Amino acid sequence: MRETSPTRGAGISDQLLEGILRGSRPHLARAISLVEDGAGEAVRLLSHVYKRRRMASVVGVTGSPGVGKSTIVNGLVGEFRSLGRSVGVIAVDPTSPFSGGAILGDRVRLRTHTTDDMVYWRSLATRGHLGGLSRHTGDVIALMDAYGFDEIVVETVGAGQSEVDIMKYAETVVVVLAPNLGDDVQAIKAGILEIGDVFCLNKADLPGAERTRRDIEMMLNLREESGWRPPIVMTQAHTGEGLSELVNAVNSHREYLVSSGLLEQKARQSHLAILNEYLSLLTVEKVLESAQVDGSLERALKDLSSGNSDPLTCASELVKRHLT
Amino acid sequence: MARKIRVLVGKPGLDGHDRGAKVIARAYRDAGMEVIYSGLHRTPEELARMAVDEDVDVVALSILSGAHSTLLPKVVQCLLREKGQSSLDVLVLAGGIIPEEDIPALKAAGVDEVFGPGTSTQEIVEYTKTHLKREVA
Ligand SMILES: Nc1nc2c(ncn2[C@@H]2O[C@H](COP(=O)(O)OP(=O)(O)OP(=O)(O)O)[C@@H](O)[C@H]2O)c(=O)[nH]1
Ligand SMILES: [Mg+2]
Repeated sequence: MRETSPTRGAGISDQLLEGILRGSRPHLARAISLVEDGAGEAVRLLSHVYKRRRMASVVGVTGSPGVGKSTIVNGLVGEFRSLGRSVGVIAVDPTSPFSGGAILGDRVRLRTHTTDDMVYWRSLATRGHLGGLSRHTGDVIALMDAYGFDEIVVETVGAGQSEVDIMKYAETVVVVLAPNLGDDVQAIKAGILEIGDVFCLNKADLPGAERTRRDIEMMLNLREESGWRPPIVMTQAHTGEGLSELVNAVNSHREYLVSSGLLEQKARQSHLAILNEYLSLLTVEKVLESAQVDGSLERALKDLSSGNSDPLTCASELVKRHLT
Repeated sequence: MARKIRVLVGKPGLDGHDRGAKVIARAYRDAGMEVIYSGLHRTPEELARMAVDEDVDVVALSILSGAHSTLLPKVVQCLLREKGQSSLDVLVLAGGIIPEEDIPALKAAGVDEVFGPGTSTQEIVEYTKTHLKREVA
């Protein structure tokens, strides 16, 4: 399949949109970069892309560092492919706060479907964004959706308690755990354990798996009753053991979302999350910009260092002054 | 705001040594770039596909197996095909154990620069920054 790569310059957003709709990988790849870079051209591109969404299913995979998320994503890709579904993957790793650079290492685990035209894998860096994803993950999902993938799988950064943004974008969140995290299960129960729709106890070949399963079970008993009881699936991702059960669990959750009417609510939630992201971006930008111009930012900083004011008061005054 | 420079650090072929690859990956990261590491034993087809999908500006190949004269030109060919370009907008660099006398043929085949074992990472990073083929603005 021969593709002409996009060229920079006038009309780039139209070029990219046309390429994405025609199924050109270089165009999709370039478009994701523009969106991630917050380039001006991305605004026009996205305004068209959001009108071309096809509603792919979005699965999130999250869990502590090294539990096997990428290995599982590789396995999920294989399972989805054997069902004839095309797959887009987004794998997020942290940006170094010191250099602003990042090493994106999740591809190391991608060992099958590496040149399959129905699979697209993209590594993203957080670029300082908190919550376990990049700021524009929602937009990247929209791009992949418009391109036409049936399934979109998102791997978060190695997450603990507060990296829970994935629940805003994924219909089904798979929380991955490994045995003998005994204390860990305690430690993370307030965070990612609460957002799991499916629990995947990976590395089931290691000792202690059964005990950890019981720990998770107990934790789930404490959760508020709802129409969905998250299943616990035991996997050995490096051999593929348990992965078809994992996909079955994901599919069951999806059916539950449809039959209960919750799917619509999830979509609203994800739209709200993206809106939120842009609102805070735009308002913070606007306030800081005009506060810089008229000197009120400088005055606020002086008041803070002299102890004449406090951050909340300063912020409210700046907002009042520049947003109304 | 300048856009992020993205680099694929690739390990083509059969050798199982990725110390060098990891050193250069860290150097690029420390220079503020986003580095995708391919993992060991990748085919030219796999590397080209990664470079396209990840939309990288640079493909830095580390090869110690001795098969550079066949593998590296193949990576370039696969890149040209995957991107549908007649001349690449990706900078292709190679490092590892590559004898001086093999370098001209590699350059003729489309490898932009070859770094010997003695080259410092600073030198490689500096070269990369100043030879990008796409605008950074
Ligand atoms: N024993 C055992 N090892 C596994 C299993 N699944 C994955 N691993 C190994 O666990 C290590 C980490 O796997 P990854 O898939 O990179 O884990 P990850 O959660 O994506 O890691 P980060 O993205 O760095 O947070 C690798 O060495 C895998 O080979 C398993 O079921 N059993
Ligand atoms: Mg990973």
